[in-house]
Amino acid sequence: MAGSVSGSRRIMGRLLKCGYGYGNGFLRQFSTSSSDGKSLNLYTAINQALHIAMESDPRAYIFGEDVGFGGVFRCTTGLADRFGKNRVFNTPLCEQGIVGFAIGLAAMGNRAIAEIQFADYIFPAFDQIVNEAAKFRYRSGNQFNCGGLTIRAPYGAVGHGGHYHSQSPEAFFCHVPGLKVVIPRSPKEAKGLLLSSIRDPNPVVFFEPKWLYRLSVEEVPEHDYMLPLSEAEVIREGNDITLVGWGAQLSIMEQACLDAEKDGISCELIDLKTLIPWDKETVEASVRKTGRLLISHEAPVTGGFGAEISASIVERCFLRLEAPVARICGLDTPFPLVFEPFYLPTKNKILDAIKSTVNY
Amino acid sequence: MALSHMATSSSSSRSNLLKPLTAVLSCTLPHRRTISSDSTTTLTIETSVPFTAHKIDEPSRSVETTPKELLTFFRHMALMRRMEIAADSLYKAKLIRGFCHLYDGQEAVAVGMEAAITKKDAIITAYRDHCTFLGRGGTLLEIFAELMGRQAGCSRGKGGSMHFYKKEFGFYGGHGIVGAQVPLGCGLAFAQKYSKDEAVTFALYGDGAANQGQLFEALNISALWDLPAILVCENNHYGMGTAEWRAAKSPSYYKRGDYVPGLKVDGMDALAVKQACKFAKEYALKNGPIILEMDTYRYHGHSMSDPGSTYRTRDEISGVRQERDPIERIRKLILFHDLATEKELKDTEKEVRKEVDEAIAKAKESPMPDPHELFTNIYVKDSGLEVFGPDRKELRYALP
Ligand SMILES: Cc1ncc(C[n+]2csc(CCOP(=O)(O)OP(=O)(O)O)c2C)c(N)n1
Ligand SMILES: [Mg+2]
Repeated sequence: MAGSVSGSRRIMGRLLKCGYGYGNGFLRQFSTSSSDGKSLNLYTAINQALHIAMESDPRAYIFGEDVGFGGVFRCTTGLADRFGKNRVFNTPLCEQGIVGFAIGLAAMGNRAIAEIQFADYIFPAFDQIVNEAAKFRYRSGNQFNCGGLTIRAPYGAVGHGGHYHSQSPEAFFCHVPGLKVVIPRSPKEAKGLLLSSIRDPNPVVFFEPKWLYRLSVEEVPEHDYMLPLSEAEVIREGNDITLVGWGAQLSIMEQACLDAEKDGISCELIDLKTLIPWDKETVEASVRKTGRLLISHEAPVTGGFGAEISASIVERCFLRLEAPVARICGLDTPFPLVFEPFYLPTKNKILDAIKSTVNY
Repeated sequence: MALSHMATSSSSSRSNLLKPLTAVLSCTLPHRRTISSDSTTTLTIETSVPFTAHKIDEPSRSVETTPKELLTFFRHMALMRRMEIAADSLYKAKLIRGFCHLYDGQEAVAVGMEAAITKKDAIITAYRDHCTFLGRGGTLLEIFAELMGRQAGCSRGKGGSMHFYKKEFGFYGGHGIVGAQVPLGCGLAFAQKYSKDEAVTFALYGDGAANQGQLFEALNISALWDLPAILVCENNHYGMGTAEWRAAKSPSYYKRGDYVPGLKVDGMDALAVKQACKFAKEYALKNGPIILEMDTYRYHGHSMSDPGSTYRTRDEISGVRQERDPIERIRKLILFHDLATEKELKDTEKEVRKEVDEAIAKAKESPMPDPHELFTNIYVKDSGLEVFGPDRKELRYALP
């Protein structure tokens, strides 16, 4: 069972490579040149972004469990050698302390880039993020802020991660005004969005799709570029239904779009990229065109961010909608050890929902 | 997920792992004599190194044991070792998925602790839980079936390697979030104290976990309320790829309780562990919490994706194997006292090998959990959710 899913994900990795070449309008807009790209995987693109962030700002720091050694996913490889262990360093195993420390460091005008080893382990730091980081500016009447704070954490399924190496906790943080939540879908996106997140004057939680760290490969410009936050991107144009997602789930959704196309259904696929504050206009414009909306994420469906998108779009496009908004998400269960494919919003589940929504 | 490229520089420069194997052979029996293996004659054996105490008088280094106990220690540790090596192979054959953390090297902690307590006492630990579960009385079949996510597993195939539990034997599991199990242990201890069980809780955690804030919260509440909680730091000197001294200002974990007394124990010496646990239980029942720091070592990498050789030297690992191995220590004692012959011990090792192989074969026959189990145990009643059809695409909700 698990085998078949990881198999399909692998194909998707190749799909990503050729499939996400389009839709680089932002890149052209934001980059000085677009032809110096090298083929990189996602963790290497993150690594490049971190090098640039450190190079371009002497007040940037990177720390977390084992990051001085490169981190468990190799994202921080070489940084300690390059920038010294006063700027790139290991912390003890203490997430609450890591984030609290990062908030203080950022409050002194620095860029604090903290790594939480897995998104599953961000919860010991939840209080610091929700009560300290997010509200520092507001409750001090703008005297203090921790805008230089960026928290990076790998999230999501990997095929056999079990309960505590697989979760997608983004929705918890989307309930917190004062934070931004950003999730990239590919190497090029990851580099540009991470640099924007690090330089954004607000605290950002940046979730990285760990399934794609090695699998997803694409041309990534070598120079310093940023991609805008809170701007969604239509990565595939279509007329019959709008699909909204983020991170690793987009490649599953794209496969469903390709299959639906064979049945004559034209799908529009949107990468939300920033979950809060999110780009309602792009989604609304698309739904006004297609009249149908499907949202898909790995996190459990109840209380997931899909619910928020669904409610907002129903408010805005009620009369234009031709079918109920579909949510194809993780099931309302803990992330399972066995039966991961049952839990996950797989391509076939999405394809079925596309068909039933279009034929509603 | 690999830790394979971690920097190695000076990882062992400050480590103090290779203390000479003193006193293994020193004991109060001046000459050899043959004692039949089921004998319960008392032997008094000195621990390898002295205990080091913090705010308490340390227990005696002379540990009472019997030939039977030594032979049982040997068999149990050999079984644990074999089991973990078999788990390694099963993981490599992709029969075990998820995350898997092996205990080989640390066996003396599991068997020594068990020898000092009863099943009324509670044990709660982190994710490196296979051998602790076996020590509590879990079976090999339950272990291998759980590792492979089968119905016959101790958590019915739903937990996997990191989540073993056995309520009837006082084993509260198997926890994946580093440090989180220790305050839980305080709650267990409070319940034991309140119901006058005359029982204690052993809350196990690693040297890495010792730096979590929760540890200090747990220490304070257990001391404040005089809970019969024994905080056992299994100091294997690394938290993933991080050597203890890189992460802890004071790696003297037995002293980290400040106002809570502590004892540093050679965790490679099952008899020392037994002595310390017996002492700690008596102390905790009368006075409240105590910390036991077990100085131990894991031979395998942190988890299956860590070869375990990049942040420490091969010499360090082989040095510990040669000088301090917990099984070899007991083997030497047994041979020195003529409690069994070398051949008999070899036979024991062959027997446990067979036991392990048989358990694996049986575990493989156990079916995967019923797909319906995805929805059970979320609440008391089933969650009311069902999925069916090809690819499990159909969903049906019914109120439970
Ligand atoms: C809150 C949390 N942070 C990080 C992790 C990832 N992690 C798992 S084990 C481990 C190292 C723990 O080391 P230690 O406490 O010494 O125990 P050992 O593995 O040596 O038995 C880390 C960082 C986790 N499981 N939970
Ligand atoms: Mg450790």
